[in-house]
Amino acid sequence: MTIELRNVSRWYGNVVAVNDVTMSIGPGVTGLLGPNGAGKSTIMHMIAGFLPPSRGELTVSGGHSWHNPDIYRTVGLVPERDSVYAFLTGEQFVTATAKLHQLADPAAAAANAVALLDMADAVDRKIATYSKGMRQRIKVAAALVHDPEILLLDEPFNGMDPRQRLHMMDLLDKLGSEGRTILFSSHILEEVERLSGTIQVMVAGRLAASGDFRAIRRLMTSRPHAFTVRSSDDRLLGGTLIGRPAVTAVELSGNALQVRTSDYGAFCRDIAVLARDHGIRLREVQPTDESLESVFAYLLSD
Amino acid sequence: MSGLFNPTVAWITTRATLGRKRALLFAIPAVVLIVLTLALKASRPPARPWPSHVLGQFGFSVLLPLTALIIGCSVLGAEIDDGSVIHLLATPVRRSSVILTKFAVAAVLTMIFAAVPELIAALISGGGLTQPTVTSVAGGAVTVIPGAPISTGNFALGLFVGALVGAVIYNAIFVMVSIATTRAIAVGLLYVLIWEALLSNFVSGARLLSVSHYALGIANGIAHDPTLDAGLSVPTSIVMGAIVTVLALVLAVNLLSSFTLKGEPA
Repeated sequence: MTIELRNVSRWYGNVVAVNDVTMSIGPGVTGLLGPNGAGKSTIMHMIAGFLPPSRGELTVSGGHSWHNPDIYRTVGLVPERDSVYAFLTGEQFVTATAKLHQLADPAAAAANAVALLDMADAVDRKIATYSKGMRQRIKVAAALVHDPEILLLDEPFNGMDPRQRLHMMDLLDKLGSEGRTILFSSHILEEVERLSGTIQVMVAGRLAASGDFRAIRRLMTSRPHAFTVRSSDDRLLGGTLIGRPAVTAVELSGNALQVRTSDYGAFCRDIAVLARDHGIRLREVQPTDESLESVFAYLLSD
Repeated sequence: MSGLFNPTVAWITTRATLGRKRALLFAIPAVVLIVLTLALKASRPPARPWPSHVLGQFGFSVLLPLTALIIGCSVLGAEIDDGSVIHLLATPVRRSSVILTKFAVAAVLTMIFAAVPELIAALISGGGLTQPTVTSVAGGAVTVIPGAPISTGNFALGLFVGALVGAVIYNAIFVMVSIATTRAIAVGLLYVLIWEALLSNFVSGARLLSVSHYALGIANGIAHDPTLDAGLSVPTSIVMGAIVTVLALVLAVNLLSSFTLKGEPA
């Protein structure tokens, strides 16, 4: 139940979207990470059988996915686009998908998948009335209805609130620990911090790094961050902040504080507590170097 | 194992197609046809040739293809446009089964929204009645319309069967076009207005490649009405219609099998 890419490239005219990528994705959870435009979607589309590689060999469970609809017996796909048959109820949509897979008992399979995604309360409503997070979950339910060994999710955390995101990560972890091959793409590293497993990092069409989630996460939390902070009393806040171990520099410039910290999470907790204890009103706490490129560049430079 | 007709695909397609606002458009050509027929009937004697011209030439080369265009481009094209087709294609359902089912739904809907109104309009028009053969007197010249009297029933049946066949052929073409291009409505409109409505009626050689003339040929096989101006025989119409339909559907299956998701989000 593995996904194999050997020297896979894909180009559109003169533009190379994916450049000579070789990777092997086995059971468990794998994250395909990278900034927008790095080639993640192109790789997902090729694996899912909706784009032929320009060069190289790509197999899913040993077979080609392009021009081979039979792979969908073992593959479930959660597409990125939000479009579903919004005129159907959640139950109708998942049951119809079960019928398209020619399952022996579509209603039972649909009920299982819906329960797994915690959607039982909403399935009698039309999908048109769903929030983005609910649409995401009903899409996952439909993708899981035939109990696939491989599940592909293209940007599954888009539009989810933090609670739904945690629920989805727990579900992916559970599915992965059952021996399924779960591959998802995401462009936000912080989104996936709870997941365990391996990641493949794409930058500019190339596979830039691959490895264990925990190692990457350690790198992420220890990387330096810069924040712009505005408050009711910048000077007092700056003075108290510099006393915290996570804060490495404070600069009072104009009507704002520039703060550097070595620990993103600790800083975010500290500043809230300090402001409250000193009666300071926080007006703005803005990370200043959060561009995805800088995050990935930092990871890759290590 | 899986049949060529997939009931689940048909169910989703019918609900999607009739559920869109666009569905209101389906009825417009039919309403135009019936209103036009009523107006002409009120203002002219119920005689040939106007029923043949309005219901035959105009009906088959403008109104029928416009209805088929709107429906044929909806059954699959709309899903491709909004991306929901991926939920259908990420299943092991044969691509040929998807195409044939969508095509069948489109053809049946077109029959309901175009062929049935043709039948009703033909019965209203009284076309084919054994009325005086002199239909106009202009400057002393008498125009005589030749031909044996035809019952309105035969005339209407001919047009109905012709429209049924036309619904099948037109939809095979438009379903294929809706996969081939994202501008299917524009392409289809140009084809209908330039090829079917104009060239095929004025350039006799174009008839052999004109769906409206296949439909007219078949209608004439039943109505035997010379005012239909059917340029093709029944066998020619059937054979050419079948070839066009099969070619369009085979092409559609191939296009759908190579359906690709495009690009990266910006």
